[in-house]
This record gives sequence, structure tokens and C-alpha cells, in this order.
Amino acid sequence: MIERFRLNRRAVLGLGIGGALMPWFGARGSEYPDKAGSDHAGAHASDGMMMTAGEVDHERNGFDPHALLTDWDRGEVSRLPDGRTLREYEVVAVDKEIEIAPGLFFPAWTYRGRIPGPTLRATEGDRIRIRFVNAGSHAHTMHFHGIHSARMDGVPGAGQVSPGETFVYEFDAEPFGCHLYHCHSVPLKRHIHKGLYGAFIVDPDPARHPDRADVARSRLLGTPENDRWQEFVMVMNGFDTNFDEENEVYAVNSIAHAYQTKPIRIERRLPVRIYLVNVTEFDPVNSFHLHANFFDYYDHGTTLTPTLTTVDTVMLCQAQRGILEFSYADHEPGQYMFHAHQTEFVELGWMGFFEAV
Amino acid sequence: MKRFWFSLLAPPLGLGIAIAAYFAVEPLSLLGVSPPPAEQLMIELAKLDEQGIGLKVRATSADPVRIAQVQVDGAYWQFRQKPEGPLSRGESAWLRLPYPWVQGETHHVRVIGSTGATFDYTIEVAEKTPAFSLRQITGYGLLGLYVGVLPVALGMLFHPAIRRAGRRGLEFALALTLGLLAFLLLDTIQEGMELGRRAAPLFQGPLLVWLAGALTFLALFTLTRRRSGPERGLTLAWYIAFGIGLHNLGEGLAIGGSLAVGEAALGAFLVIGFTIHNLTEGVGIAAPLLEERLRWTHYVGLVALAGLPASVGTWLGAYAFAPHWSALCLGIGAGAILQVMVEVGAFLKRRVARDPGSRLVPGTALAGFAAGVVVMYATGFLTHV
Repeated sequence: MIERFRLNRRAVLGLGIGGALMPWFGARGSEYPDKAGSDHAGAHASDGMMMTAGEVDHERNGFDPHALLTDWDRGEVSRLPDGRTLREYEVVAVDKEIEIAPGLFFPAWTYRGRIPGPTLRATEGDRIRIRFVNAGSHAHTMHFHGIHSARMDGVPGAGQVSPGETFVYEFDAEPFGCHLYHCHSVPLKRHIHKGLYGAFIVDPDPARHPDRADVARSRLLGTPENDRWQEFVMVMNGFDTNFDEENEVYAVNSIAHAYQTKPIRIERRLPVRIYLVNVTEFDPVNSFHLHANFFDYYDHGTTLTPTLTTVDTVMLCQAQRGILEFSYADHEPGQYMFHAHQTEFVELGWMGFFEAV
Repeated sequence: MKRFWFSLLAPPLGLGIAIAAYFAVEPLSLLGVSPPPAEQLMIELAKLDEQGIGLKVRATSADPVRIAQVQVDGAYWQFRQKPEGPLSRGESAWLRLPYPWVQGETHHVRVIGSTGATFDYTIEVAEKTPAFSLRQITGYGLLGLYVGVLPVALGMLFHPAIRRAGRRGLEFALALTLGLLAFLLLDTIQEGMELGRRAAPLFQGPLLVWLAGALTFLALFTLTRRRSGPERGLTLAWYIAFGIGLHNLGEGLAIGGSLAVGEAALGAFLVIGFTIHNLTEGVGIAAPLLEERLRWTHYVGLVALAGLPASVGTWLGAYAFAPHWSALCLGIGAGAILQVMVEVGAFLKRRVARDPGSRLVPGTALAGFAAGVVVMYATGFLTHV
């Protein structure tokens, strides 16, 4: 009997019975949640209801998505006999439960207890030495997107580390750009979507690019030219919480709606640079769309002139990454949205605001 | 006496010790089995109003369920849970989402537990859930009258016509009633199974239907067979009306429930279909009365007993729909119908035996039975879209 009522209303000739049918009025009763997020979400945030409910305990997670935006790990710096800079990093892989959306816990595999892993930042030509300790329950690697020898590739058979063991990856930071690292153990999909990835940024060395030394200096962390930039790292990712090979949560830097509930504060007078990395598993592409503005884009960050100019959306396949540069100097203060332009991802957590002051 | 108390208390005491020992030793860990906390949740019901969507959820896993998030059509949505907090096994709560649902369209709801497990529910055709108002109650009552009372009342009006058909006519009518009841029995069990499967697993819905049916049958059989010999005439008519009434209660429950959960876009076509479909029920009730005159008070009583439960069912289904209760009702209905079949069968058998020259199963009886089943099946075309 129940089955016979499961029908498309278009199949029924007669009229609906059961009194007048009311349209949506948008009224709110006490049984329903209050209009959350309306105080900061501005006119763009529909009515502030299309969002995860509640708050994530960042302290328990051990990392704050806002701190993560500008948390560069420059390593332990020393000088090699030949005068080059040596940067030494230590990365420990641990199994950890991460609250990726309020109340929703994901049994993750992480680098250093956070997703994305530490943003390793170096300068073009530096010697890189990474001591990788596997304190997790499965074999892992660190596979860098960069230039290195086969022995240092971080794949099964070359730098794969069993639980409880250690391996040292060593190579030169080449080429300059916005890169990433991730685990390359098999099964690959599982090792990546469980959380083993992070950004690897190589700043250009101005001395090597005399014709564009000013641009290179603005990219080189620590220079006065770089100081006036507001730089953020954003790793676009997703989480398949029920392991059906489809993501239940999408975000930048893991926490759904983290930058929607608390927008990223930017100063209008200073330009903005975003190191954008896509590691989203299962979906062929992810994208970044900026509201009310356009940006210049450097695909892979390996050039000092933009590969795309004046665009407001870029599309990235998995492991594709790039640098976005834009400014809100001529805009009025307010909240400016950014999100994937796959609306599916937006509605599942990948969306945020810049608070331009 | 001491021995008695000891033997009464020893088994539960021993069980308590065994359970304590189990948790102390944890044999599953010896086997290397350490299952992670598993969350299981049933979404039993969705209510739609001007303010959004309400979901009635019930935890069914051994471990408590913490509801983390809710998605509607693949979008996270703010919600409020009442009562708040984790839900232990069997416990239910309401989730309310201010979601701007679209009338007449389909919506997919997904509840996510703290472990990331997902529980899906589909609102097939979004319609505003009836509010508890006089207008609504009247509407449902009228629906019940059309589905239950009207067809029975009209069907019973065949009484004088069949009466004129004589002995053969009576046999035919009784056999037709038997066929009708057989159809209703299968239909009721099938509905019960359908609802039972939608109930939370801990209620063991399908089993509930069988058990409720069996117990009802046995109870009614014991109660009514204290006197010797099968029932006949007016008493048998009351029995049949009672069985049909329980079936119509189930039918009402399903109609009301489907409307309430926004699944039914029940059209005038369907309602009239049920009226025609259930016309045969009236004939069934009239069949054992062919040798007596039908008093109008009895007529009204029989119609009310068989037909009014449809209205009651529609109300219950619309305002207090729960698949496990509905499954239980249908199980009881099936048991009652089976008992009525036994009574009608016995009466028919006695009638046939009285006839000296007849076979064990006379042609008229077989034809009547077949006619009952076929008519119900054929008119069923009108109630399935």
C-alpha cells in the first residue's frame, strides 16, 4: 500500500487532498534554529542557514584553520660548506581523529597531526633535508612535487617508511613555485583522502632572475617587498566520511565553513597572494572563484609573469596548484565571498569570506 | 519455600554474573575483534510546513548516536535537535531545519553521525504536512468515509438482489466473501511487511506482523469458539464486519500516513478507486444474512463497524504515523481476517453439507471464491497508480 502512494504527482489526475498548500514563507518558529551567521555573513550568505550547525573545537584538533593560513615552516636553517642554505625539517606521521565539521569526526592519517600537513617553505636552490618519522599504523611516504632523484621520490620502493621507522629525504628546492607533497603509498586514494598532503612553497631567488628581481623579491618570504603582501595558503580538500568514494565535506584547509563562520581579515590597502593547492580526491576538478573582483594567476607558481590575467575563476585538477594575486584597494569595505564554483562543493562546506577593512 | 525462592532468583543472578564476567574478559578482544562504535539511525518521518522540514529520527545501534550535521539536497543546513544530546538505542528526537522546500518536488535528506556515517531519507513529493485543525480532521474523516463507509454501505444494498438468487446464490455469495477475505488477508500482510521493513530494525517489523497476526487469530478463535458449532447469520455478519473493519483501519493508516509523510499526491482518482475496490466488502457482510431480513439498525451498525475504522485509521496515520505501530495494527488485522475466514468457511461447509447431492467443493462455491479474488484484484487496478 505504501508503495502505491510513492508516485510522482504528475502521474495523478486529480487534485491534491489535504487542504490548502502553503508556499514557503521563510518564517521562523522557536523549534527551529535562530538565523545563524547573519551578523557576519552579509547580504551574500543567502539567509545564513545553508551552513554546518555548531562549532568545531580547534583546540582539540590541535590546529586552527586561521593560524594555518599563514603558518610557514621554514625549517632549521644552517649554512652548508659550499655556502648554500640547508633547511632541515622533521615531519611525523600520526593517526588522529579530526573534527572536520562541527561534531563530525574523521579518522585521519596526518602529517604532524594536522590537515593539511605543515606548509614547508624554502627558497629556490636551498638544500632540503626532511626527517620523516612514521608514527602511524600504516606504511607512508612523502612524495614531493619537485625535482629530485629517483631514490628520493617517496613512492613504494623508494623512501617508503614502515610504521615506527624513519627516512630522510634530501634534495634541492627546485623549481620555484607553489607545490605540494603527499603520501604515495598504496592504496593511493585512501592514503591521500585520509589526510596525508601539504603545501610545499619554493620562493624564487631574486639573484637568479635579474630581469624580474622586484617580482621575485615580493615573493621571497622575509623581504620588505614581501612584507607588504598578505599571503595565505589554501589547500582545497574533501573528506569521505562514510567511505563510499564520495566526499561528504569539502573545504579549504579541512574545516567546513571555517572561513564563513569567521571571515579572513584583509587590509584593503595591501595586495593579497594566495598559494592555492588542490588535493581533492574522487572529484576530477576543484575550482576557486573570487567575488566582486578579478585576479592574476600563476599556474604552478613557476613563472614570474602571470599565466592568466584578469580572471575570477580558475579550475584545478588534483595536484594542480597556482598563485593568485589580487587587491581590494579600490573596493569599499565589506565581506567578499570566495568559494569553489562547483556549487555542490559550496553547499558541502567549501566557501568563505574575506573581510576587507 | 526457601528452595522455591532460590530456584527463582538463581538464574537471573547467574545471568548477571555472566554479563559482568563478559565485560571483564571481553571474549571478542581475545578473538581480535574490536569493532569501532557503529552508529545506526532511522529517519522515520518527515513533516513539512511553512518554516521548513522536521525529521523524526530514531537511534537503532547499540552505541549511542550523536548527530553531527544534516544535509538537504547535498547542502549542509542549520538545524535544531529536540531533545538535544546523544540518542541511545531506541530513543527518538526531532530535527528541525528551516529549509525552503519546493512543493511537488523531491528532496533528499542526509543525516550525518559523529563517526561520519550517513543516513538517507527521501521526501518523494514535497507537500505541506496536514496541521491538526478542524478543517483537516474533517477532510481526513471524509476521505475515510469514501474509502470505508460508503463502499460497504453500497455493497450491502445488493442484499435483496442476492437473496432472490436462492440456495445457489447464497453459496456463491459466501464463497465470494471467502475470496474477498483471502485477498484482504494477503493485502494486509503485504502492507504490514512493507511498513515493517520501514520500521527501526530493533522492532523487527516483519516478524511483528506475523506474531501479532498469529496471536490475534488464536485469541479470537479461543474467545469465539466457546460455544459449539460455527457461527451463522447475523453473528457471522458481525464477525465479517469486524475483520473488514480492521483491514480498513490498516488501509486508512496507510493513506493517512502516506499523506502525512508527503509521499502521497492522492488524487480524486485514487479515492474513487478505493470506493469501487471496497464495494465487494459490503457484499461479503451481507452474504450470511441472506436467509434473514436485514433490520436497518443492524445495517447501520455493520456499516459503521466495517467502514468507520478507515476514518479512524486515516486520522491516526496522518497525525501519529509510526511504521512499527502501523505494522502492529496490520498484523492484528491479518489475524482477525483469518479468523473470520475460518468462520465463513465453516458456515459455507455446513451449508454445502446440508445439500445431499453436492460435491465436496461445489462449482458455485469455487466460482464464487474465484470471483471474489478476481474482482478485488481487478478493482485493485484503480488503487495502484
